[in-house]
Amino acid sequence: MYPAELKYTNDHEWVRIDGAEASVGITDFAQKQLGDVVFVELPDVGRTLKQGESFGTIESVKAVSELFSPLSGEVVAVNSDLANHPDHVNSKPHDTWMIRIKVSNATETAALLDANAYEALTK
Amino acid sequence: MVEFGGWDMPVEYTGIIDEHMTVRTAAGLFDVSHMGQIEIAGKHALEAVQHLTCNDASKLAIGQIQYSALTTPAGTFVDDILVYRIADDHFMLVVNAGNIVKDYEWIQNNTRQRGGDAVVVNSSSRYALIAIQGPEAEGILQTLTEIDLPAIKYYWFANGEVAGQRVMVSRTGYTGEDGFEVFVPPASAEKVWNALLAAGADKGLKPAGLGARDTLRLEASMRLCGSDMDENTTVMEAGLGWIVGWKKDAFLGSEIIKAQKAGSLDKKLVGFEMVDKAIARHGYPVVANGQQIGVVTSGTQTPFLKKSIGLAILPVAMTTVGTEFTIDVRGRQVTARVVPEPFYKRAKK
Repeated sequence: MYPAELKYTNDHEWVRIDGAEASVGITDFAQKQLGDVVFVELPDVGRTLKQGESFGTIESVKAVSELFSPLSGEVVAVNSDLANHPDHVNSKPHDTWMIRIKVSNATETAALLDANAYEALTK
Repeated sequence: MVEFGGWDMPVEYTGIIDEHMTVRTAAGLFDVSHMGQIEIAGKHALEAVQHLTCNDASKLAIGQIQYSALTTPAGTFVDDILVYRIADDHFMLVVNAGNIVKDYEWIQNNTRQRGGDAVVVNSSSRYALIAIQGPEAEGILQTLTEIDLPAIKYYWFANGEVAGQRVMVSRTGYTGEDGFEVFVPPASAEKVWNALLAAGADKGLKPAGLGARDTLRLEASMRLCGSDMDENTTVMEAGLGWIVGWKKDAFLGSEIIKAQKAGSLDKKLVGFEMVDKAIARHGYPVVANGQQIGVVTSGTQTPFLKKSIGLAILPVAMTTVGTEFTIDVRGRQVTARVVPEPFYKRAKK
């Protein structure tokens, strides 16, 4: 269910580490809890985030939630497709990245969960 | 599932957007058994209803229904209700789930104080309530009943059988679509629910939950008592002057309501549409020059109109259609505009 190549947080974000950069999205569990997503509010490119810091909000028909950065780093890209297709968060959560960050402290990845540990968390 | 007024209620089955669109284009089936029923009967039942509610119940024929409100002496809401005239001297009030006990005590106490021959009964546990809503609703329901459904006009009801079970069927709903609400003894509810789902399968009927019920009612500009108005909101402030019986005798709060109609109103509930991209939700402040001047009472992204809309209480001077105002959305100042209500109106057949 949860792709093994991704790492996860207790706040239901996933992170795909690709060399010095990482992309971030929310998990299938998170999108199911939210229901139909209608807005994703993302930060400006260039903003520096700390691990666990809020980087935006995600809004579904029924609720609004904060998004938390799994790692510290500078935002180098945001997914502009989400403005027109917020529903992609529901239809393909693990392929829909929200922000890409330049990781500033690789040792922080030790705090992330692997797929099995995350799946156990959602049970 | 979510706790709502003491009931475990499904928020969604196939997703709020899917259920919402199904009701607008085919039909949705809602279990709204949480709604309460309070009956008033006796020689002075009409007088009691006239005293307790703001609409003119004397205009109701037997078999007819009206939207109304139980009002306080201040002209504010105890609850918003539907009044069914069962017989000349017998009325049934359909009330909100969370208010059943409060409403019953309010009605009982006020009726006792006035004296006369009027018995008040909380009959909520005697009815389950199933709503079938949408353009296909009549066709689906008709396959299960001998009741002549086309003969039931909007806001009228009839008695009969559905799927072999004794029911009362009213052409009412909380979605802005055509449809019916079926009052059924709890023991028969599952049978009627399953029969309807089976009968409607090839017409696209799907179960719908509390989430879609809320987006549908808001798109149709129907108020939610407790959210859009409460004991602090008068009938006029809620924009519901059309449910006041202006010609009837005094009722609870009538002096204040009449004074507000004559010009003393300073705030009012209006419909708005977001100009900026955001959803304004219940409780978000309306601000001007750093001061809170109003409040959002309901707001959502509507699945059918695909707009971000809502209801807000604003100073009367700002309630003209087209007026722009500012809502504080979690610290961000966003612009909204007053628009005409309802947001959505179904096409006439």
